[in-house]
Formats: sequence, structure tokens, C-alpha cells
Amino acid sequence: MTVPGELYYTPEHEWVAISGSTASVGITDHAQRALGDVVFVSAPAAGSRVTAGEPCGEVESTKSVSDLYAPVDGEVTEVNPEIDDDPGLVNSDPYGAGWLFRVRLDDSDGEVPPGLLSAAEYAALTKEDQQEDGE
Amino acid sequence: MTNSPPTSPRRTPLTGVHENLHASLTDFAGWLMPLRYGSETAEHTAVRTAAGLFDLSHMGEFAVTGEGAAAALDYALTGEPSALKPGRARYTMICADDGGILDDLIVYRLADDDFLVVANAANSKAVGAELANRAAGRDAQVRDRTDDYALIAVQGPRAAAILDRLTDTDLTTVKYYASYPAHVAGRGVLLARTGYTGEDGFEIFAAPEDAEHLWDGLSEAGAADGLIPAGLAARDTLRLEAGMPLYGNELAADVTPFDAGLGRVVKLDKPGDFVGRRALTDRATATPQRQLIGLASLSRRVPRHGYPVMWNDEPSGTVTSGAPSPTLGVPIAMAYVRPDVAAAAAQSGTGTGTLAVDVRGRLEPARLVELPFYRRST
Repeated sequence: MTVPGELYYTPEHEWVAISGSTASVGITDHAQRALGDVVFVSAPAAGSRVTAGEPCGEVESTKSVSDLYAPVDGEVTEVNPEIDDDPGLVNSDPYGAGWLFRVRLDDSDGEVPPGLLSAAEYAALTKEDQQEDGE
Repeated sequence: MTNSPPTSPRRTPLTGVHENLHASLTDFAGWLMPLRYGSETAEHTAVRTAAGLFDLSHMGEFAVTGEGAAAALDYALTGEPSALKPGRARYTMICADDGGILDDLIVYRLADDDFLVVANAANSKAVGAELANRAAGRDAQVRDRTDDYALIAVQGPRAAAILDRLTDTDLTTVKYYASYPAHVAGRGVLLARTGYTGEDGFEIFAAPEDAEHLWDGLSEAGAADGLIPAGLAARDTLRLEAGMPLYGNELAADVTPFDAGLGRVVKLDKPGDFVGRRALTDRATATPQRQLIGLASLSRRVPRHGYPVMWNDEPSGTVTSGAPSPTLGVPIAMAYVRPDVAAAAAQSGTGTGTLAVDVRGRLEPARLVELPFYRRST
């Protein structure tokens, strides 16, 4: 399982890449493995507003459906156009071609939005998950 | 449904093999089983186009033996095992007095006075207890042999060709729903042409200590044909496409075989009494309260177990199983609906109403599809 060091994470297993006032969002390698083959993603529409911690879409896999939570506050500027035709990108390249949507941050003061986890914190969280699973 | 035991899940003779393959393991009915090895869609497709290898050692096996074994099973089950020739097998059910389904089973007649009953893992305990109960005083012995068997399935259009390389048995003589003692990869097994995928295939009952040797032998023999190990996730979508019911979804203690469209497994014309006869005789002629139908979603959101089925925006039934169908490319589902709704939906091309599934608060249109969703071409 990979947890890239330069990204931020949520306890709901989304990742966030911050670049200036833009946040790119996807689901983590841990999440895609737990879900299995992703068959459909309902992402928030471009132009809509999302609120950190609130459901903003869903991810359907063979066995289950999961809510997608917004990791930050802001306005959706772009949705990955490839995902609709090829939702498997979420499995094959969760941190790259499998990104889901981009948000223009409300507070672009250069600070990392509150509530996000560092790679180390997220890795520790999923390790706990795995230990619980392994019991 | 039985509650899962508080202890850690049981391992099959092949759990170590699955761990070495980095399978995603899950607690299924108290057993640690492979959910998937890689992509469950790839595993599903391999079974449809080449072959898949399954560990089914969690299934319950019961030996029913003795002079009275055939008669005891005729009494215990809805089918008529006494009419089976040795070497043949039948899909059947065990019902309660009220006609409710306790489990669906496969009964193999191995010899005149020797039967093997295969039960779902989740119901194994209950089935064993009921069989013992119903066989009492009928000159038949029931033994739980679950721990004595590893069960490996090889399923798919290439299954026979792959297995042929490992056995002297002429597979063209092994008919569908037949079983024979055979040697596979040098080990004595019970070889059955049965399965739960909608494809041709075999189920191999083997000694636990032979399981790894057989698994490796089959993996190797089938690699060039595209055989890959397949987990429970693929098994579920395969059986759903094939329109096969799953206990806990389509089948339950408050469902009779007639509700499930499986009245053919109830042999009301067999001689002698059997458990559930009175209730099932009534149900055979009564108008069923529900009907099992197939649905194909017109949206990409997947109807899942428990979601309401809507007819003209009114709740009219419930989805029992649903999944994205790799073969059809759209989400599919089985559901129980009121019989009048099933009949009306069959006419819906004429504009009499609309069928939909309430997918988490939003109505997603669906259309009625004849079961099974998938039928193999040969």
C-alpha cells in the first residue's frame, strides 16, 4: 500500500494535493483496495460548492457503494473527464490518472486546510485499520 | 442467518496458499476466505472466457449412509434422492415444517447406501442438526465430514481441457450433475461436474492434505489457458448473472421454493411423507405472494440487496442481489416483487407503468429482464 509523502489525507480515505489555491482530490490506494473494482464514480459537478467533511458524491464498486466526502471547503472547478469512461483508473492509478475532482479553496492563504492528515498520520491510521482487520 | 462465532475465522487447507497469493481475505460464514486475488472483474471474465480456480472448502459436507439413507433423505429433503442413480447428483432443498427454506443443497449419490450432502457454510450447523434429527430411527447415519474434505472448483469453458491433462478419467463420460471417484494429479478424489458459475466445470472433493498439491497442479496445468484463481466476489457476480439463488439473499426461512421460482425441486408426487409436505402442497396451488424477477438498471448506480423496487413510484418489492454485471456491462439485480407488478412490468413496453429501484433515495429506472441474465452458448 502506498501513501505518497507530499499529499494530505482524510480519515475517510481521500487524498488531497494542494497547489496554490487549488486542491486536487482522489481516493487512496488503501481505499481502492478495500473497495475492489470501481465501476462508477459520482463526483460533485463543476461549479458546485463542497464543504469539508460533507458527502459530495459516491464511489460504486462491485461489492459496495461508499460516500465520497469533500476534504476541503471550496468550489469545484474541474471533474476528471476520464473517470466516467474508465472508472478503473481509480484502481490502477489512484494518485495519478485516477484523480476525481479539483476545488478552488475558499481560504487560499497558503496554509494547509484544517483537519487534513499528513502522510505519516494517515499511514498510522490505516495501519490500525489493518491490525483490526487482522484480528 | 446464523450469527458468526466470536472466535477467529476458520482456515481452509488452502488459506496459506491464498495468503501467498496476496489475496484479500474476508470472514465469510466463520471462515477466512479469499474475496479476490487481484481484480474481481478480471477473475469473473476469466471464468466466462477461460477458467477460474476456486477454494470452496468452507462448504459443509455430510455423509448420509446406511440401509435407510435413501428413504431418510426422501423424508428430510424436498427432492427424491432415492430416485438418483449412483454417480448422479441433484440440486435440492431442506425445508421446515412450514415450507420455509432452511438451505439449498446438492445431494450426490455415491453408492446405493452412501450419499454426500453439500450445504452452505452459513447453514452447515443447522443442516447437520436437521439431517440427524430427521434420519433418527430410519436406519441411516449422518456424519459431518466438512473437515475431511477440501473442495476445489475449476470452472469455465477451458475447465475440461485443463483437467483432462491431470486425469485418466474420460471427462466426456462425466455428465453434468454426475460424480465419480477419480485420480487428479495422482491423488484420489471425488470428481463432480457441478458448479455455481453458469459455466461448465468441475468440483473436486479431496483429502485436506492433497489440497495444495491439487491447487498447484491445476494452476500450472491451466496457466497457458488463462486459468486464474478466483475469489468469492467473482463467484457472487457469476452466480448472479447465471440467475442462481443465494441463501440469505433470494432464499431464506420465510421463503418457500415456490416463491423463489424453484417449485421444481419439490417432488410432491414422491411416495411417503416428507418434512414440509403439507405446507408445500398448499403453496404449490396458492397464488404466490411474491415473484422473483430480473432487473437491468438503466442507470450506472447499482441496485443492491435490500433496496426497494418501485412500480409507478410505489414500493412494490425488494432487491435481493445486485451487482455491476461484467458480462452485460450494466448493473443487474434479482428482486422479489408482487406478482401483479411482475405481470404489469412484463407489459411495460406498452407504456403501462415504470419500473425503478430506489437507490439511496433516488429512483433509478430499470427494466425487466428474463432470468437468467447469462446463459452459456454451448
